[in-house]
Amino acid sequence: MLKLENIHTSYGHIEAVRGTNLEIRKGEIVSLIGSNGAGKSTTLMTISGILRPVKGKVIFEGREIQGLSPHKIVSMGVSQVPEGRRIFPKLTVRENLEMGAYLKGKGQRAKGKGSGVKGQEARGKGEDTSRGDSRIALAEQLDHIFNLFPVLKERQKQLGGTLSGGEQQMLAIGRALMSGPELLLLDEPSLGLAPIIVIKIFKTIRELNAGGLTILLVEQNAKAALRLAHRGYVIESGRVTREGIGKELLDDPAIKRAYLGE
Amino acid sequence: MFLQQIINGLTVGGVYALIALGYTMVYGILELINFAHGEIYMIGAYLGIIFLGIFTTAGLTQYSLPLSLFLTVVLSVLFCSAYGFTVEKLAYKPLRNAPRLNPLISAIGVSIFLQNYVMLTQGATDKVFPHVLPVTTIEFSGITMTSLQIIIIVVSLLLMAGLHLFIMKTRTGKAMRAVAQDKVMASLLGIDIDRIISVTFIIGSGLAAVAGLMVAMYYGLVNYSIGYIAGIKAFTAAVLGGIGSVPGAMIGGFVLGLIESLGAGYLSSEYKDAYAFIVLILILMVKPTGLLGKSEGHKP
Repeated sequence: MLKLENIHTSYGHIEAVRGTNLEIRKGEIVSLIGSNGAGKSTTLMTISGILRPVKGKVIFEGREIQGLSPHKIVSMGVSQVPEGRRIFPKLTVRENLEMGAYLKGKGQRAKGKGSGVKGQEARGKGEDTSRGDSRIALAEQLDHIFNLFPVLKERQKQLGGTLSGGEQQMLAIGRALMSGPELLLLDEPSLGLAPIIVIKIFKTIRELNAGGLTILLVEQNAKAALRLAHRGYVIESGRVTREGIGKELLDDPAIKRAYLGE
Repeated sequence: MFLQQIINGLTVGGVYALIALGYTMVYGILELINFAHGEIYMIGAYLGIIFLGIFTTAGLTQYSLPLSLFLTVVLSVLFCSAYGFTVEKLAYKPLRNAPRLNPLISAIGVSIFLQNYVMLTQGATDKVFPHVLPVTTIEFSGITMTSLQIIIIVVSLLLMAGLHLFIMKTRTGKAMRAVAQDKVMASLLGIDIDRIISVTFIIGSGLAAVAGLMVAMYYGLVNYSIGYIAGIKAFTAAVLGGIGSVPGAMIGGFVLGLIESLGAGYLSSEYKDAYAFIVLILILMVKPTGLLGKSEGHKP
C-alpha cells in the first residue's frame, strides 16, 4: 500500500532521514521504533507531504506522492495524528472533528469506500453506508467517532484546549479518522499519558485495524508497539537498521537491550 | 453635543472597524502586518467614483439610483478583492518561508507602488464623488444626523455581523480559524492553506472597498494619499482591540472613532489625527495585547 524508497529528508541543515526504505501492506499494523531524534517524525511528515524529501520516492497505491501538497495526500486517503496531538485549542471538540472531515464537505473524495473506518462501521452495524448528502455523511462519521470515544460526545461543545491529555489524544485520533482514511499514521500516541489511557488507546488501534484500517505506528514505547504490530522497523540516526515480524524483534537481544530496557 | 459626537464617532468608527478587520484577519493567519491594506481601501474609494461616474454618464443612475449604486458596490468590491488576491500572490506568497521582516518590507513596497500607481493614473489632485445620493438630515433634540451616517453605521454593523457568522459557522470560516491556530495541523487534515490565505485577503479587501466607498460618499473627496492615514488608524484600531482578534478589531474601530470625535469635540479638533497615535502609544505601553488579545506563546 505504501512504500518508501531510499528517502532522504533534511530538516533545516540536518539530514534527519538518510535513506529510509519501508513498506506497509494493506491491513497491517507496522511499528516504527527508535530513540529520540532517530528520524521517526520526519519520516511521517515526509509521507504526509509537510516535508519534501531531497531524494527518494514515496509510493502510495502505485502512485508517487512525494512533492504533492499535504491536502492532496490527505484526499488520497492518508491521515496523520502528529506528535503532541495538535488539537486546535480554540475550536470546540465538535469543530475539531469537523475540520477532520474538511475535504468531505467538498464531495471531493470518491475513493476509500468499504475500507478503513467506513468498512468497520458497515461491519459493526451490518448495514451499508451509502454516501448521500455530505451533511448526512458528516453526521454518520461523527456518530461513529462518538461511539468509539463516548467522552468526546459529552465534551463536544467544549474548547479543545480544555480537554485532558488522554481526551485530546482521543480527539486527535477521532479527528484523523473523520476523513475516512485508508492509512493512518500515528506519531507517539502514548506520549505523556497515564498507563490506563495508553491501554485504551492501544486497544482502539487494534480495533481500528481489525476493521480494515492500515496503520503505521511510531512509538518510543517499543514493547507495546511491537506487541501490537504485525511487523516492525527499527530506525537509528535516519536509517532503518532492523526489520521483521513484531514478535521476532521483541525477542531480539540487541533490541531488548537498546529499546526495551532489559 | 455629547450625543452628536457619539454619532460622528460611530460613523468613522464603523469605517475604521471595516478596515481594521482586514489587518487583523491577515495578521491572525500570516502574522504579517499588511501595510498595503490602506491602499486597497483608497482604491475602493476611487473605484466607486469611477464606476458611479460611468453609470451616471451612461444614464443608468438617472434611470435607477439603487441599481446604479448596487452595481457600483458590487464591482468595487470585486475589483478590490482581485487587487488583494493579486498582492498576496505576487508580494507575500513567495516570501512565505522567509524571515518575518521580508514580507513586511514587501508590504511597504506594495503600499508605495499602489499609491504612485493611482497618482499616475488618476492624477494627484482631489477627485469629487458624484453628487447622486440625496442626503437628508434628521434632527432631534439638537442632534443632527445625515442619512449617510445612518447608512454607514448600519452597513458596517451588518457586514461585521455577516463576517462573524461566516467565521463561526461556515466550513471555510472554521478552516480559517484552524489555519490561524496551527497551519501544519490544518494541512494534515486536508485544508488547502493557500486557498484559505487567498480567501482571507479577498474578504479583507472587499470590506476595505466598502469602507472606501462609504468614506468617499461621506466626505465627497478622494485623494491618492487617503489610504495612508486611514490605514494607520485602522491598524491602531486593530492593535487596540488585540491584533489577530476579529471581535477585537470591531470593538477597536468603534472605540477609536469615539475617542477621536470626543477628543475633537471637547479638547481640540486640530489634533484630531493625533489622538489615534496617542492611543496607539498608550496601548503599546500599558496593554500591548489590546482589549481582547491574549498573550499567546509562540505556536509550535
